[in-house]
Parts: sequence; structure tokens; C-alpha cells
Amino acid sequence: MFDQFMKVRLRGMIVLAIIVVVIPLFLTNPFQYDLATQILIVGGAVVGLNLLVGFAGQISLGHAGFFGLGAYFTGIMTGTYGWPAVPTLLLGAAVVGAIAWIVGRPILRLKGHYLSMATLAVGFIIAIIINNESQLTGGPDGMPVPALDLFGWELSSFGLYSFFGIEFDGYELWYFFAGLMLLLAVWLAQNLIDSPIGRGLRAVHGSEVAARVVGVDTAKYKSLVFVISAVYASITGSLYAHFQGFITPAVAGFDFSIILITMVVLGGMGSTYGVILGAAVLTLLPQVLADFQELEMVMFGLILMLTMIFMPKGLLPTLGSMAGKRFAKKTGGQP
Amino acid sequence: MTALVEVKGLDKAFGGVHAVENVSFSVDAGQVYSVIGPNGAGKTTLFNLITGLYTPTGGEIRLNGETTNDLEPNQLAERGMCRTFQQMQICMNMTAIENVMLGRHLKLKSSLFTTLFRLPGLLRDEKSARQRAADLMEYVGCGDYLETEASAMSYGALKRLEIARALAADPKVILLDEPAAGLNAVETAALEQLIRRIADEGTTVMLVEHDMKLVMGISDHLLVLNYGRVLAEGTPSEIRNNPDVIAAYLGG
Repeated sequence: MFDQFMKVRLRGMIVLAIIVVVIPLFLTNPFQYDLATQILIVGGAVVGLNLLVGFAGQISLGHAGFFGLGAYFTGIMTGTYGWPAVPTLLLGAAVVGAIAWIVGRPILRLKGHYLSMATLAVGFIIAIIINNESQLTGGPDGMPVPALDLFGWELSSFGLYSFFGIEFDGYELWYFFAGLMLLLAVWLAQNLIDSPIGRGLRAVHGSEVAARVVGVDTAKYKSLVFVISAVYASITGSLYAHFQGFITPAVAGFDFSIILITMVVLGGMGSTYGVILGAAVLTLLPQVLADFQELEMVMFGLILMLTMIFMPKGLLPTLGSMAGKRFAKKTGGQP
Repeated sequence: MTALVEVKGLDKAFGGVHAVENVSFSVDAGQVYSVIGPNGAGKTTLFNLITGLYTPTGGEIRLNGETTNDLEPNQLAERGMCRTFQQMQICMNMTAIENVMLGRHLKLKSSLFTTLFRLPGLLRDEKSARQRAADLMEYVGCGDYLETEASAMSYGALKRLEIARALAADPKVILLDEPAAGLNAVETAALEQLIRRIADEGTTVMLVEHDMKLVMGISDHLLVLNYGRVLAEGTPSEIRNNPDVIAAYLGG
């Protein structure tokens, strides 16, 4: 039997799936596909980050570190050592999850600004290690990553594929594959949120004291969600590495961490679909504002501030409630 | 009768300030046990010590014979202790029924794997938790608010919601910190009936409250605190006629 939540959830997923399928109608060249695919992959990372920031109310300013670890684990193991892609991706997620658990236990005792600073430091340390271990990582010059090998079937942006007599370009397939992965990421995240564990996580945000007195082990729950969001980052990082075919330490860098958190805040903390919209806006914005490239971080900072002040709930929830009000005015509101 | 909650020589100092000093008492199972006293007497500090939010600087607290001084609030919840707060602690980012289902947390044991893939075990758990939460909300008198966002509810309804959440864990003892504060006469009368019902059904109730009519009406035993120390302990009629209590708190 489908419960009420299941119905609401399925509706959201179907809308997202339709959007993913419809968007290619407006894409005309590989560059646009490339951007769209990036949005879908990074979207998965922010869905995971949103579990930590939006639902559990804990901040991470170093999340790109975990994304970068996943990307480089995949790059080094599949590229340098020739490991198979999918097991490497999963093993990378396990390793990054373990690292997140080890660093998470002590730093998640901190609150507010202190937690921000600690997570910021974690991100910096990871970025520095990737930068300096140039024998493994290629250092600041970056490193190439082989195409994604799905159990013997290679998915490359530059390939040509044919299914049932229909020709597909590799970049088109990558787009749909990334869309499928994002739907999976959303489904798992929603399942987590609508559960006793999810309620415990949201209670950590809503009232940590209340959570503790009803029996939620808040320290354990904070670690758990930190690990889950790091695993999300690691897996999407691995996919990103395969997709791009080349990675540089920027994937683990401070700038990217800030971009990730801005996506969550702009799109709407605690809104799974909102943060995907946030990922889309902030991936496309630099393209629109290409002339002001050196001011990019300033723009992101400004967006973060303005969002906090004028729509603290974020883009999608604010648009949703505006649409709701307008609808209420039209249907109700009789004198 | 055996003592469910036992406190011996309890001390809590914040720096040089002794908020609770050498307090001893015991609460029998099934009692309604109230703690009264002037503002700043240490009543809420006492509750925070008993429920594990503070760690005592001296003395001992026992729950069902087990020393609980160093236990965390969630470990005390596992042993059957639940509470409400003077400053209500409601999760405003959830609906009313989700707040009560949160109270059911310890009874729901779905693993992370079951949760992520929403397997049947989870659905069963959630269905039973939702049913129990809805029943409890009916029981405390906010059954009309099931799917209402907690942030949209009135103060009085939230007060009852918090009691429902505390009851959701099927506790042995429930601690209510000023449940009548801010309620009108009608709501207070309903609260009195509710507390009586909770006690009649076998849950021990500990109460911090300023409403003397309410306290004297439903308590089996009272503890009077003043400046962190025990001023008197006894039945309502003993307390009412105790000259020290009249001087310090009740007034002549």
C-alpha cells in the first residue's frame, strides 16, 4: 500500500524525471549538454549536502574536499592502477565515508561558527594534500581520468552509440545517465528524510534538546548524516571525474565548497528539489556573467547574502509559497 | 512501594552559585510528585539534573535503583524517563504529528538500510507510530492538528503537543516543567484532568508548577525548594500548614 508521503514523493520524482527528459529538446550542442550534465552530477552532491545542512542544521564549508577525494580516488585507481570503475567508485565512497566518520566525531561537537571553521579546515587540508602529492595526483596540473566503464561497457562523452537503430552521441547518453543517478540520489534522500532516522535528524535542527530527551543519540546522528553527505559527495565526485575526463585540485577547493553551500542556501535549505534548482542557477550564472569572471566569488557572496536577507527559505520554497498565495487569491478571497 | 526516582544529597554549582544544594527526596511509582518554590529556587535546575541535561557536582540520582548521574538524556529516555520544558522545545520544522512520532523514536528500530530503500519493515513501523501518535494527540486534546505545521499552532495546543510527545515513548515517569504557565482557567482545568488521567494509568508524574490550586489539587507529595535547598517535604495539607513555607512562598 502506498502511504500519503509515498504519493507526494512519487509526484515530485515524476516531475523531476519529466524535466530531465524535456530539457534536451532545448539543447543544441555538446557544450550545452556538458553544462546540463554538470548540473545533474553536482545536483546529486548538493542533495547530499542538503541532508546535512538543510535537514540536520549542521554546516559544512569543506564539502568539496569529499567531492575531490572521490574524484581523485577514482582518477588514481582507475587511471594509474587500472582498477574497474564501478567497484572503485563504491570503494571510494566507503573510504571517504570512513574518513568523514573519523573527522566528524570530534568536529561535530562544535556548533555554529566553530563548526564552520572546523569543516573549512578539513576542506583546506584535503585540497592541500591533493595539490602537494603530485606523484599521485599530478599536483596543480591535474590528472586525466579514463572514461566510465560500466562492467565492460564504456560510456564516453566522445563515443558514438546506437540503440535499436537510433544513434546517440556519448554526451547525450552521459546526460541521461547523470539524470538517472540524480533521481536515485533524490529517492534515497527522500526515503531517509521520511523515516524515524530522518525525524531524528530534523529534530537535531528543530530542537536538539527535544531530540535528546526523546532518546535520539544526537552525536551519533550528526556523525551519521555527515558520513552520508560525504558519501554522496564522493560518489558524485567519482562520476564527475569520469565525465570530465580530467580533474584538477579545484574540484576539492575552497571556492567549490562555497559554491556547493551557496547552491543549498539559494535553492532552499531542506528542499530537495530546491537545491537542485540552486545547482542549476549557480552553474549557469557564470556562463551568463562570463564578462565579469574575476568577480565570480563576489557574485556568489552577494547571492548568498541577498538570499539570506530576502528569501531565507530559498528560491524554490519562496516561489512555491508565492504561487500558493496567488492561487489562493484567485480561488478564495471572495469579498 | 519502591522508590522510582531517588535523589540523595544532590548538588549543582555553576561557578560559585549553588543552584541546587544538598537536596534529597524520593518519588514512589504511581505518584504525582510536585516541586514548588519561588522563582530561582532551583526547580528547573533540579529537573535538568534528573533528566541528564546537567551533570551533578555532588550527590546521587537513582532511577529504578540505578545510579544515573553520568547518563545522557537519551540514555535516560531509554530507561523510561521523558519530560517537557518550561521554554517549550517543539521542532518547528515539522508537522504536529511528526513531533509526536519523534517521541516514539526509541520504539522504532529500522536500520539505515531498511530506511534508505523503504522496505516493508519501515512502513510497518511508521504506520504503527503514526497511529499511536494520532491516538495520543486525541488523548491530550489536540487531535484536530494532526498534519498542521507546528509553527502554525497556538501556544496552548503546543503545550499539549509537547506532553503527547513525552508520552509517546511510553515512559515510566514523565517530568512536566510548568505545564500550566500561560494557560487560561479552562485550559488549566483540562490540564489537571489530563495529568490525573496520566497518573491513574500508571505513569509517575513529576511536576514543577506555580499554579497552587492545580498543584494542591493533584499532588500526592510536594517538595518545596528555596534558594536551592529543601524547605519542606510532605503531603499538600502538611505543606499548606507549614509556617516556613507560608513565610517563604505561599504568603499569609
